[in-house]
Amino acid sequence: MELLNLEESMEELRESFRSRRTRNAAWRRAQLKGLLRMLEEKEEEIFKTLKEDIGKHSAEAFRDEIGTLTKSLNLALSCLEDWMASKKVHVPVIAFPTSGEIVPEPLGVVLIFSTWNFPIGLALEPLIGAIAAGNVAVVKPSELAPACSSFLAKHVPMYLDNKAVKIMEGGVSTAERLLEEKWDKIFFTGSAQVAHVVMSAAAKHLTPVTLELGGKCPAIFDSFSSLRDREVAIRRLVNGKWGLCSGQACVGIDYLLVEEKHASKVIDLLKNRIKNFYGDSPQETNSISRIINKNHFMRLKNLIEDSTVKASIVHGGAMDEDNLFIEPTILLDPPLKSQIMTTEIFGPFLPVITLKKIEDSIEFISSRPQPLAIYAFTKDETFKKRIISETSSGSVTFNDAIIQFACDTLPFGGVGQSGFGKYHGKFSFDEFSHGKAVLRRSLITELSFQYPPWSDYKIGFLRAAYNFDYIALFLLLIGLKRK
Amino acid sequence: MEVQVEESWEELRESFRNRRTRSAAWRKSQLRGLLRLLHDKETDIFNAMKDDLGKHPTETYRDEVGILVKSLNLTLTCLDKWMASSKVHVPLVAFPTSGEIVPEPLGVVLIFSSWNFPLGLALDPVIGAIAAGNAVLLKPSELAPACSLFLAKNIPLYLDRKAVKVVEGGATTAEQLLNKKWDKIFFTGSARVGRVIMSAAANHLTPVTLELGGKCPAILDLSSISSSRDRAIDSMKERIKKLYGDKPWENNSMSRIVNQNHFRRLRNLIEDPAVAASIVHGGSMDEENLFIEPTILLDPPLEAEIMTEEIFGPFLPVITVKRIQDSVDFISSRPQPLAIYVFSNDETLRRQVIAETSSGGVTFNDAIIQFACDTLPFGGVGQSGFGKYHGKFSFDAFSHGKSVLRRSLKTEMSFGYPPWTDHKLPFLRAAYNFDYIGIFLLLIGLKRK
Repeated sequence: MELLNLEESMEELRESFRSRRTRNAAWRRAQLKGLLRMLEEKEEEIFKTLKEDIGKHSAEAFRDEIGTLTKSLNLALSCLEDWMASKKVHVPVIAFPTSGEIVPEPLGVVLIFSTWNFPIGLALEPLIGAIAAGNVAVVKPSELAPACSSFLAKHVPMYLDNKAVKIMEGGVSTAERLLEEKWDKIFFTGSAQVAHVVMSAAAKHLTPVTLELGGKCPAIFDSFSSLRDREVAIRRLVNGKWGLCSGQACVGIDYLLVEEKHASKVIDLLKNRIKNFYGDSPQETNSISRIINKNHFMRLKNLIEDSTVKASIVHGGAMDEDNLFIEPTILLDPPLKSQIMTTEIFGPFLPVITLKKIEDSIEFISSRPQPLAIYAFTKDETFKKRIISETSSGSVTFNDAIIQFACDTLPFGGVGQSGFGKYHGKFSFDEFSHGKAVLRRSLITELSFQYPPWSDYKIGFLRAAYNFDYIALFLLLIGLKRK
Repeated sequence: MEVQVEESWEELRESFRNRRTRSAAWRKSQLRGLLRLLHDKETDIFNAMKDDLGKHPTETYRDEVGILVKSLNLTLTCLDKWMASSKVHVPLVAFPTSGEIVPEPLGVVLIFSSWNFPLGLALDPVIGAIAAGNAVLLKPSELAPACSLFLAKNIPLYLDRKAVKVVEGGATTAEQLLNKKWDKIFFTGSARVGRVIMSAAANHLTPVTLELGGKCPAILDLSSISSSRDRAIDSMKERIKKLYGDKPWENNSMSRIVNQNHFRRLRNLIEDPAVAASIVHGGSMDEENLFIEPTILLDPPLEAEIMTEEIFGPFLPVITVKRIQDSVDFISSRPQPLAIYVFSNDETLRRQVIAETSSGGVTFNDAIIQFACDTLPFGGVGQSGFGKYHGKFSFDAFSHGKSVLRRSLKTEMSFGYPPWTDHKLPFLRAAYNFDYIGIFLLLIGLKRK
């Protein structure tokens, strides 16, 4: 339905950008405040849509989507002027009197692809950056979360400038159609498979892209002498695996690495904590999300169909196809070549892989594609340092999981197969900006040795200049005057 | 050639895997190696440049060697600082938590250079790649064969040949290279080839930097120099004569055109009679010696190719506008260029240019020189490309800033976890609003229950 109006919408967006109304701070603030009001006034409805689309509890929805958006909006509002201001730079004395500055400017008309697991959060978080930076934007929510997609399509135009910020609903064909247009930036959150398509399309117009992908985020679990520390670590681990969308999260823990002698103890502790969080029948409590749709349910079911994989299940495994529910499931040492260990799980299965020594986890991780996040539960400082320097990932978090997502001073993004580009906090603003270099020179001073006609002595001056060898420069000048 | 690509790539991967390029010591030794190369082989460089482009040694020094020396010295001085992690502030609600950003190399990077600054545009990105700890493969432009050969021959003599390689060749070699998986591709060249590069990069989800071109306009505000258009053009003619003499093709201060292809392309630009008629200075062309003299045109038709394509040659169209402010609209209705040059002391006009045009950069009262300023990011926007380098921006272009968060197991905020109960949501609200008083009151209220 949107496709019929696409040309008109694009023209309207370009006109809005051309009119320069998105340039001033007042417009940007108004949009950001509009989003805040929307989140506040429509909170109940947002909870309902998230429950409908993916079975999220309202507390989880607040914690992972509304709360983070509120925080980001408040930060953007308080920092906006600072972010928008030019930054003066130092210019070498040799160029005196010259001044330089970097002036942030919006890229123009941007396209944001959101995904289905945090259908509100991952649609609006990049939009905050785009608006703060002064762009006009189209957000295409994921069609796999239809209630949230409708919510955005209905309400964003009521709270924001609908000639400059548009929601375009639809599936693959809408996405393809959108990708034919020329954008000044494309921000994509999703799978590597679709990312190839997005980047190829962007290449035709030389459009810069940000790709926020996923990967198999490992958690390393070391031994703890303090029982309390271990308890806290286990709790964070369980939350890091099942607490966000039942494992369907790019930053969620994919698999666990433990030393073989601790494995059974750790698994016992995990089972206890799962019971504490989700009760004896997780499906009956409403504290854990369900699987997004049949497709993904079948995909997950296939992961544990292999008999050797099935045999490695030590907890859970129950699946309810009608209600798209899979209970928290732990596997102990499934075959490393099986699909559950070679592809991103994105579901509530936790493979526990045992190692002879916990330090072997470094080699295990670094011999596999770079994940979005590595989680390490350890108090060993040497081990921590080795993890940082000998593995590569979007981020590393010690003794917790997921929480780095909420820290605005840390760039959030992947590397290698987990993507490129970053956002959150000021990084969001920068991701949708161009830092224009502005140099102001004076016509008063002139270094004539840099122009033809070329003669022998000029190269001497140039050498001194490039070495910032002011004394030599001075001596040359004096020498020259004496000639 | 294909074997060379395959073997080179394998060896670079191995070098990166065994962490050879990580230490500051390795990086500095490579950078010093480059400095020594530029110093020891300066005469060879001048000769190669003269061969390929007819550049005078002083121009070569000014635009390529000198720039590289400056960049290398800066990098050597700043390397330890750039390599260090930067601590970041973490909100109080997360106390005691610490955060930092740790720069790490991307891995094995591919750099495509261009033919007009065949040394500078090859090695300036290499400096950034090495400083950031990557293994590097450089493909110089085959259109500057003497310089390409120079690099292929001398880089292995001065740098670690297992971790920094030069592969020579043309389009076929480029294609073979693009089939391999790189952790970063840095490309300087035309928009047309830029598209090919980015499409290939998309196959491996490889991040790219594209340093392209465009039609960089200069605005000359006659009121600032108290002159008229015609007098300004006369001054330009005089200045050309001063710089290059009466017979520019005889003195050696000016480069020639790189090859027959480009020569013909340029000749075509002024073949159109309406365009030819607008020539007010110069215009003579010597195909045998690939020389075109400095040429000025006055108001060629705006739809002519000379005004719709990047010229990349010694033709200067002078376009007159009614009021100098009209130049802002003229520029902003065309694709974003890499640079805009404004010769004016009118502060209002300057502010208007900054605010109402978009370009890689803007320079007032000079040209090109922004290229030498390491504290300013150098790169385009829109059709002039994306990504930036020079100075620390080079280091960053080839790095991944890894976020590292260290949490304590001592403090715990249980309201962040299931089982979800009514009282947890207010805690979460207070936490996200950094409402410490609210959290405190809730805690107290809770204790009283």
